[in-house]
Amino acid sequence: MVKTLLGRSWIWSWIAAAAAFGLIMLLTQGRGAEELAYAALSFGAFAAIVGLGQMMVITLGPGNVDLSIPATMTLAATLALKGMGSDPGTSLLGLAIAIGVGCGAGLANFALIYLLRLPPIIATLAASLIYQSLAIWSNRGLRIKPPADLADFATGRTIGIPNVALIALVLSVVVWIVLERSVFGRWLLGSGQNLRAARLAGIPTQLVRAVTYTSVAVLAAVAGYLLASFSGGASLNMGQEYLLSSIAVVVIGGTSIAGGNSNVPGIWGASLFLFLVVSMLNSYGLGAGVRMLLTGLIIIGIVIAASTRRGRA
Amino acid sequence: MTLLTSPSASIVTLTNVEKHFGPVRALSGVSLSIGPGECVGLVGHNGAGKSTLVNLINGGLVPSAGEVSFPASGATRALEAGVRSVFQELSLCPNLTVAENLRISHDNLRGVGWRKRAHTEIAASLDSIFPGHGIDADTTVDRLTIAERQMVEIAIGFAPRGRDARLVILDEPTSSLDAGIAQQLLTHIRTFCAKGGAVVFISHMIGEIFQVASTIVVMKDGRIVASRPTAEFTRATLVDQMGHVAAETTDAVAQRRAPGEEVLHTGDGLVARKGEVVGLAGLAGHGQAEALAQLYLDRTSAWWGDKVPKVVFVAGDRGRDGILPLWSILRNATVSILSQTARHGLVDRAAEARVAAAWKTRIGIRTDDVRNLILSLSGGNQQKVLFARALASDAPIVIMDDPMRGVDIGTKQDVYAMIQSEAARGRTFLWYSTETEEVCQCDRVFVYRDGQISARLDGADITEDRILEASFQMQEAAA
Repeated sequence: MVKTLLGRSWIWSWIAAAAAFGLIMLLTQGRGAEELAYAALSFGAFAAIVGLGQMMVITLGPGNVDLSIPATMTLAATLALKGMGSDPGTSLLGLAIAIGVGCGAGLANFALIYLLRLPPIIATLAASLIYQSLAIWSNRGLRIKPPADLADFATGRTIGIPNVALIALVLSVVVWIVLERSVFGRWLLGSGQNLRAARLAGIPTQLVRAVTYTSVAVLAAVAGYLLASFSGGASLNMGQEYLLSSIAVVVIGGTSIAGGNSNVPGIWGASLFLFLVVSMLNSYGLGAGVRMLLTGLIIIGIVIAASTRRGRA
Repeated sequence: MTLLTSPSASIVTLTNVEKHFGPVRALSGVSLSIGPGECVGLVGHNGAGKSTLVNLINGGLVPSAGEVSFPASGATRALEAGVRSVFQELSLCPNLTVAENLRISHDNLRGVGWRKRAHTEIAASLDSIFPGHGIDADTTVDRLTIAERQMVEIAIGFAPRGRDARLVILDEPTSSLDAGIAQQLLTHIRTFCAKGGAVVFISHMIGEIFQVASTIVVMKDGRIVASRPTAEFTRATLVDQMGHVAAETTDAVAQRRAPGEEVLHTGDGLVARKGEVVGLAGLAGHGQAEALAQLYLDRTSAWWGDKVPKVVFVAGDRGRDGILPLWSILRNATVSILSQTARHGLVDRAAEARVAAAWKTRIGIRTDDVRNLILSLSGGNQQKVLFARALASDAPIVIMDDPMRGVDIGTKQDVYAMIQSEAARGRTFLWYSTETEEVCQCDRVFVYRDGQISARLDGADITEDRILEASFQMQEAAA
């Protein structure tokens, strides 16, 4: 039992998250455990949502990555807040706008990749400059507050769990079902192993790629919409930290960077871990430089631990 | 088998050389000696052992038994003995210039001004072999045509490179050259031999062999079956010597079916009817695999999946075209039929397991559990999984790209029977094979040469001789 559990690559991100949690508790002598868990779930939820999308793209195989996630988050949040104009009862309208922006950004990304044959790194990076510019242009320095009911929902809790975490959980289950149980998931995992072989086996590989690039952008847009509602408005750099963390949670979570293999539970472990490790280093009173250095080293350590396990399995 | 040259003067001598790759005997008991002034025409089927022999001579392989020596020069290594090889698969670096490519095989070009010296040397070599070639030694190779690249490779092969070439091995040098350029090469070979050099000339163009070779060596199944002066051969006797792969071809032809309606007709003349087994024959690398892959890609879409695929593909190059390496046997076998059984877009896992279990028994995949990884299987068993993947679908057309590599005899017979019975039920098979025995089971055969169909054979016309005849260029190269 323990052996099969240790063989799962996602277990390492959970162990790491638990260890970081334990170390903080050691310092506070057990005080504030509930608050810490609550904060980790709230902030981890955003990383988990964008991580799910990034995981699907990375599963497509080497070279596939979406670097436009931060810009898509910002653009979706900005346009959604503008559309809602702080009026009560417009939450669903805002969500629809965000999803629409996500679809548009995803299709535009894939169009660049497919029609211009640009490497995804270049295509999504270039596209993100456009999305960011659009966000700046439409924002014009205004800070529009989200509707009060939406803000209350985003910062609220149900049965003790943050609402944003519940939404992220539902999205995770949906992504898990798609990847593990649906025909599309098989197509995606097959395309990520060997694109030519997948095509010759009858998999519509371009459709798979298009849908995947659209999905990641929609998930980013939803994350942006929730984050803006959660933090009381959209700002132009709100997505910035999710560029690295979307990729980091995928790698720490045990998804194969070479493609063809996804890992949903690992995304959650890694998202919680990323938040907790920063909290831990903060609570031990370390300076910013040391904190970043240690964060980097810890991430490398987790990835090595997870990958050597897999190698032996 | 030894040629009539005094052994002491020969450039290379092979004595009872054998070469095994594991249990596979690629070459058995080959003795050969090539002396100055000789041009040896080396002919034989794919897999007859020509490449192995060449690689033993040039030091690319070490013999399992026997000896390779270089008496004339007393050298121990092929390179020091002045042995050069020009291979069919172009081996130039495309990002470097013609002159820089010469440097790769010419260690002594060093110090200030080596580019200038390289330029002079390669230009002189090109001029002497292909007068009026029009190739600038300072252009990068990627800007040259395939024919020009081949010319550069040949020129590098004959270039002095600090030590004169004594024996140049040319593997299919003219396959990408037009007749005029090929003739220049043949003339150069004759001049080179007249000056005391030696050449091993491998070609499927019989006409060229007769024009240039002083001796013809015929290989079959890893042995030299004939080695005589060219004058003692005629075209007919030469093809005859190469032939005879299988005898039992008539049985399959007996049970002809009534032809159904045409289900496939391509621009280059490939025709298939419902319930037919159509063979693609010819020498390897003459466009059959490309034609089949293109046919598949044209008839399927990368943008939507059909519930029942219109056509399925059995890969021969498993690693590149077939296997999904991270998956289990089960997932590999069922990937093409997921849509057939899916409900609401979800995989029907029970149906999937049934199909995999049924095919494990039917085609005899050697594993105790189909949930094992595909890579846990041997190559032949992986190939069976690919067969199962294709045949488990209800696709009316099955394309097979030389799918029997690594499959043992028993399974082959089972698969042959399966193909015949599936064809009888109305499926159409397009079958590229390098094995004549397999091609002879087909209802119709298209022979490919240089990327085009060179002959169409029906029913009783499908004989080994007819296929061979169409595979080789029988015309005299235009003088």
